[in-house]
Amino acid sequence: MKTDNSKDREMLEAKRRKAQRARNIAIGLCLSAFVVILYVATWAKLGANIMNRPL
Amino acid sequence: MARASENIQAVESIAVSTAMPRDYFELMKPGVMRLVVFTAIAGLFIAPGSIPPVIAIIAILCIAIGAGASGALNMWYDADIDAIMTRTAKRPIPDGRVTRQEALSFGLILSFFSVFTLGVLTNWLAAGLLAFTIFFYAVVYSMWLKRLTPQNIVIGGAAGAFPPMIGWAVVTNSVTIESIALFALIFIWTPPHFWALALFKSGDYGKAGIPMMPNVAGNRSTQNQILAYSLLLAPVGFLPYALGFAGISYGVISAVLGIAFVWFAFKCWQMDSNDERMLAAKKLFGFSILYLFALFGVLILEVAVPVAISIFA
Repeated sequence: MKTDNSKDREMLEAKRRKAQRARNIAIGLCLSAFVVILYVATWAKLGANIMNRPL
Repeated sequence: MARASENIQAVESIAVSTAMPRDYFELMKPGVMRLVVFTAIAGLFIAPGSIPPVIAIIAILCIAIGAGASGALNMWYDADIDAIMTRTAKRPIPDGRVTRQEALSFGLILSFFSVFTLGVLTNWLAAGLLAFTIFFYAVVYSMWLKRLTPQNIVIGGAAGAFPPMIGWAVVTNSVTIESIALFALIFIWTPPHFWALALFKSGDYGKAGIPMMPNVAGNRSTQNQILAYSLLLAPVGFLPYALGFAGISYGVISAVLGIAFVWFAFKCWQMDSNDERMLAAKKLFGFSILYLFALFGVLILEVAVPVAISIFA
């Protein structure tokens, strides 16, 4: 039979994992959004000129 | 109060974090962000010139995130006093959901990305103003003035007054008399707004040891100053029309609401200083929020409505 202490620890661990997963997803979404923002902003600022550059 | 302080210590002492994304979002003070976004949009809308709509949306996002960053830095620094006041005791740090270290890192990272992105995509004057706003709110107001002087929100109010100026700078790459007028409107609005709140929350501020005007100079003096600032606010609110960058509808509405503001301030001034319910102060506080939203809302609508009509007509 588990002691109250180990039960608490298990609950905290489960809560920690859930929170970490949620934070990871949020960070992933924010970074993806940042990439999309830079991509869209580049098109908006440069427009067709994005292809017009010396190689 | 003791429980909240214990929460902070308990969370600081454990190695695991159970903070959810919504707790971080709460660190950004969404309520304040709403006002910042609204006033920044107004500055951006009425500025002469044009920028691509996508860039405008990203610029507003950067300003909102910059404001959120300063909110997180403020919560990091003020966690001890937030735990004491009933109004702030449920914030993520005193409530034990986020550690101070996490809030600090979050605030710094958001500050960097918001300023950097705004600078790269628009101009470095706007980005510099955003950086200065974050610095002013986090360092000058939170770390220095807030616990030092009853003039804390008078000077600190500048941080909340910058967003329309940033919005204007995003489009024009300049600071002009028009954007200074918008700055002045929020700057003069801040003392009566916050002192009305401080009147009916003076017990809270007193417990936390924050030298708000009612705690230091007394209710009567605060009521006098609220009236004085309100008398100044009414003509300053009219300035955008007087300077010619707002239309007649703004002129009429700002005049009417300016008089109403003075009326509410007068009722607050008439209120017995020892009144326990502080109803007049609560009404002034509520009206002050409506006042600012209405004025900036009209500024936006004066530009947005003709554009919408031209598109759909």
